[in-house]
Amino acid sequence: MNDFPLLTLLWVVPLVGALAVAFGPRGALAKQTAVVVSLLTLVVGVVVATQFDRGTDGFQLTETHEWIGAFGVHYALGLDGLGLLLVLLTVALVPVVLVAAWNDAPDDTARQFYAWALALEALSLVVFLATDVFLFYVVFEATLIPAYFLIGGFGRAGRSAAALKFLMFQLGGGLVLLGSVIGLYVVSAQAGSPSYLLTDLQQVDMSTSAERWLFAGFFIAFAIKAPLFPVHTWLADTTERATPATSVLLVCVLDKIGTFGMLRFCLGLFPGASEWATPLVIALALISIVYGAFIAIGQDDLLRLIGLTSLSHFGFITLGIFVFTAQGASGSILYMVNHGVATAALFLIAGFVIKRRGTSRISQMGGLEKVTPVSAGLFLVAGLATAGLPGLSQFVSEILVLISAFDYRWYVGAIAVTGIVLAAIYVLWAYQRIFTGPNPSVLQADVVAADGSSDPEMRQRVADLGRREIGVLVPLVAALVLFGFYPMPLLDVSNPFSESLLQQTGVTDDGPRVPVEAQEAGR
Amino acid sequence: MEFTKPTIEYATLWPLLVVFGVAVVGVLFEAFLPRERRFVAQSVLAVLGLLVALGGTAYVWTQLDEIRVDGQGVVARGELAAGQTLAVDGPTIFLWGLVLLFSIAGVLLFAERRLEGGVSTFAGQAAALPGSEAEREASTRGLHHTEVYPLLMFAVGGMMLFPTANDLLTMFVALEVLSLPLYLMCGLARRRRLLSQEAALKYFLLGAFSSGFFLYGAALVFGYAGSMQFADISEAVRNGTGNNALLLIGMGLLAVGLLFKVGAVPFQAWTPDVYQGAPTAVTAFMAACTKIAAFGALLRLFYVAFGAERWDWQPMLWVIAILTMLAGAILAAVQTDVKRMLAYSSVAHTGFLLVGVLGVRSAGAVGTDEITALQSVLFYLATYAPATVGTFAIVTLVRDAGGEATAFSKWAGLGQRSPLVAGAFGFLLLSMAGIPLTGGFVGKWSVFTVAMAAGAWPVVLVAIVASIISVFFYVRVILLMFFSDDDTSEVTDAETGWGAGTVTATLERVETAAVTKPSLLTSGTIAVCVLLVVLLGLVPGPILDLAGDAGQFIR
Repeated sequence: MNDFPLLTLLWVVPLVGALAVAFGPRGALAKQTAVVVSLLTLVVGVVVATQFDRGTDGFQLTETHEWIGAFGVHYALGLDGLGLLLVLLTVALVPVVLVAAWNDAPDDTARQFYAWALALEALSLVVFLATDVFLFYVVFEATLIPAYFLIGGFGRAGRSAAALKFLMFQLGGGLVLLGSVIGLYVVSAQAGSPSYLLTDLQQVDMSTSAERWLFAGFFIAFAIKAPLFPVHTWLADTTERATPATSVLLVCVLDKIGTFGMLRFCLGLFPGASEWATPLVIALALISIVYGAFIAIGQDDLLRLIGLTSLSHFGFITLGIFVFTAQGASGSILYMVNHGVATAALFLIAGFVIKRRGTSRISQMGGLEKVTPVSAGLFLVAGLATAGLPGLSQFVSEILVLISAFDYRWYVGAIAVTGIVLAAIYVLWAYQRIFTGPNPSVLQADVVAADGSSDPEMRQRVADLGRREIGVLVPLVAALVLFGFYPMPLLDVSNPFSESLLQQTGVTDDGPRVPVEAQEAGR
Repeated sequence: MEFTKPTIEYATLWPLLVVFGVAVVGVLFEAFLPRERRFVAQSVLAVLGLLVALGGTAYVWTQLDEIRVDGQGVVARGELAAGQTLAVDGPTIFLWGLVLLFSIAGVLLFAERRLEGGVSTFAGQAAALPGSEAEREASTRGLHHTEVYPLLMFAVGGMMLFPTANDLLTMFVALEVLSLPLYLMCGLARRRRLLSQEAALKYFLLGAFSSGFFLYGAALVFGYAGSMQFADISEAVRNGTGNNALLLIGMGLLAVGLLFKVGAVPFQAWTPDVYQGAPTAVTAFMAACTKIAAFGALLRLFYVAFGAERWDWQPMLWVIAILTMLAGAILAAVQTDVKRMLAYSSVAHTGFLLVGVLGVRSAGAVGTDEITALQSVLFYLATYAPATVGTFAIVTLVRDAGGEATAFSKWAGLGQRSPLVAGAFGFLLLSMAGIPLTGGFVGKWSVFTVAMAAGAWPVVLVAIVASIISVFFYVRVILLMFFSDDDTSEVTDAETGWGAGTVTATLERVETAAVTKPSLLTSGTIAVCVLLVVLLGLVPGPILDLAGDAGQFIR
């Protein structure tokens, strides 16, 4: 089993599946194929996880083959703690999304959605596995193509403009990154023979100014991806126009590449420059946390609101990365996973609710609690997880990040804490407006007007979640609760990674270490 | 002046001679074969001739002498031929291969007859005035030009000769041999003949002007160096003897002639009109092959003849590269016609290629494993050509009642009606935009890298900005093809006003074009081009190594 290219298999399965779905049978069979493929990928992901040795740091299950000799480029894959968690998040979320999107599009176009979604999964997996900067860059950019077609092809009116905006932002960031990737080649060529392997690049001595320029290119690209203030403006438009399923793939999987990249490349390759840029980055992160939460409160469009809450969360993640403690980094990694699960749940429930109400305007909803108690309850759980309620998974990661932030500078922590307060406001206020209050007569009138005499349709509109929908949400909510009470499996994987990363950056971790056990007891 | 008869190295030059020979035979066919048999005879002859020449090129490559330098291995390969007027070396042969390969694609597109319902895309009788009785008669008799094949062969011969030329005079002759047939072919469109003839006239007048510049420059440089040979000029430049003003002015004038051919700003004005007016098959051939040939000549002139004078021409090329990229990208972004958009995008690509040209460093400064400027430009040309030929070939397919429909408004929703063709077009555009996993990306990467390594980082920064702009107009076309039919029955948000714009746009949509089914000639060409772009994106190694093995120019 040692020589088997397990990591290659991991991304080949969904890619082949995407092709099969795109050019294979039409109709429901295509959708079923896609779901089966995504489950297969999940199985491969679980097998990969069992092969992963948590005790050791560095890359495991590595595969290295020369790809473009003239550029020093290798097809090199490897897995470390960070990669493993994000891979698992990806392979777990995709089947959920595919099932959730079952009725989103008519059968003839649904096939395209499923094919692009699987393609996106395959490319994202390579991003998390790549240990060659060039390979990373290639797939980093290539993920935009499926994402572009997912946004532009499915969703609400105005989606093509949103898709264009999304693509221009991302490709702009990508091309800035290209400048830095090219710079890395030049630097490594000057140091000897050019190579893009991460392990080779870490040995390269570069001048301080070169390091800072290269860092800037990487950071800008990742800040757009994540996104951070002030390059976040694509996020709200995209989540508003795209289908909730697409938004899950974008925000919960694809955007993680931004913060993933900060850890792996910014800190991994340019530790000195990362430290140099820390004040600015932390300032941006804090602005994102507070500003994101504030504008989320003001939104009337439910999907836009959820999109903007992510701005706040990505601020937290970035903050945890750049305080330069193992604890903060671990918290951020955990945060990525938990945010992925919680936001996915929130987006999907929101999608189900919007489908029933025929509008995404919060001001036009209200009183749904009485009619659809299950969706109300699940929305509340997912929402409170987002807001960092103890006992739900995001709390653990948030507290780790916050402790590190207080350690770094007390006022940084203090500002960040306001994000949690604001989060409670946007979640609870949205919940109040959507689900509580009198059952508005609009609801009835709407149904009759839209539907005339047809009964089943009308019932479906006001009915609570169906079995498929609940089935989709249960694993997500279960994960939220499970990792809220028992985050050890995640921390076991992320801690060794964070510690070795910080050792390697040469930054001494002088903050008081709060053992994880103590936090759990204290909660 | 004493005249010595040069020896001709037939063993290395025969692919070139085959092309010219076939061109002459084509002229004879035109004179002696009956009209109805000419089409088949001419097209088959042209393809066969090009295939033989391509095979010959591959054979000559294996026979080239290797020039070794101690410690560096093979640095160049090839020999001087025909009394040192021609330099058959690695880069030359590489360019020959490219020109021949895409000329074959050109011939196949020329021979397409299904799109116009049984006749080719060329005018029935070029001499008949547009709108005249004679034109109607030629049209009803189903005539079409077959002279285009010998014309194409002459142009191909000139294109092969152009980068091979090792002195200024031969280079000038090659420039004329490749240009004159192109001027003619541009004016031969069957439809929109006035536009086509106007394009030909513009191209001819401006081209004649630029040839004049080139010739004047050649005279001045001769005055400086006392020789037309690149090796002698290089020697004179190195020694610094002679009047420097002559050299600088001469160099500038020569550059004008060459930059005109590649369509660099400020000599790009002809590009959109000619690309739009010429029959699209001619545009495809011309856009790809002229650029290959002219960049070969440009590289040889600047690297070999003026290599020692780098500090004088590099600033000039910096400015031109920056202007070309920005102007090309910005002007392309405001076009509403596919052919004009592609024309301006080709201007932008000229700029990117010039970035690669700027990446030259002295031989000692380049590490053994590093990619060289010449290698990067050669590779970029190899990725640019299939994307260009493929896109223009697809443009020939998209038609409405009036022939090719090139207005953007008619391309709306093409992705829904013909997903395969629109998908191929979108893919080729993505390659031109330099999105990873396509050949265009690797090409862009390589030219940017060599420029960065040579310290031309401001140019690279501008190139990145220009790339972002160019992404915009390529992606906009994809958007138009695939997503223009926003389903307005879904939830619309009147308040945001976003939905509203889309609604009106959908209502105002005019009659759209559809894809006409072509014969195997065009569809095969497109398929091969797409395949090449995919392969160059996924496994660029072999072609990159080939371009690297070509080594340096010899003198």
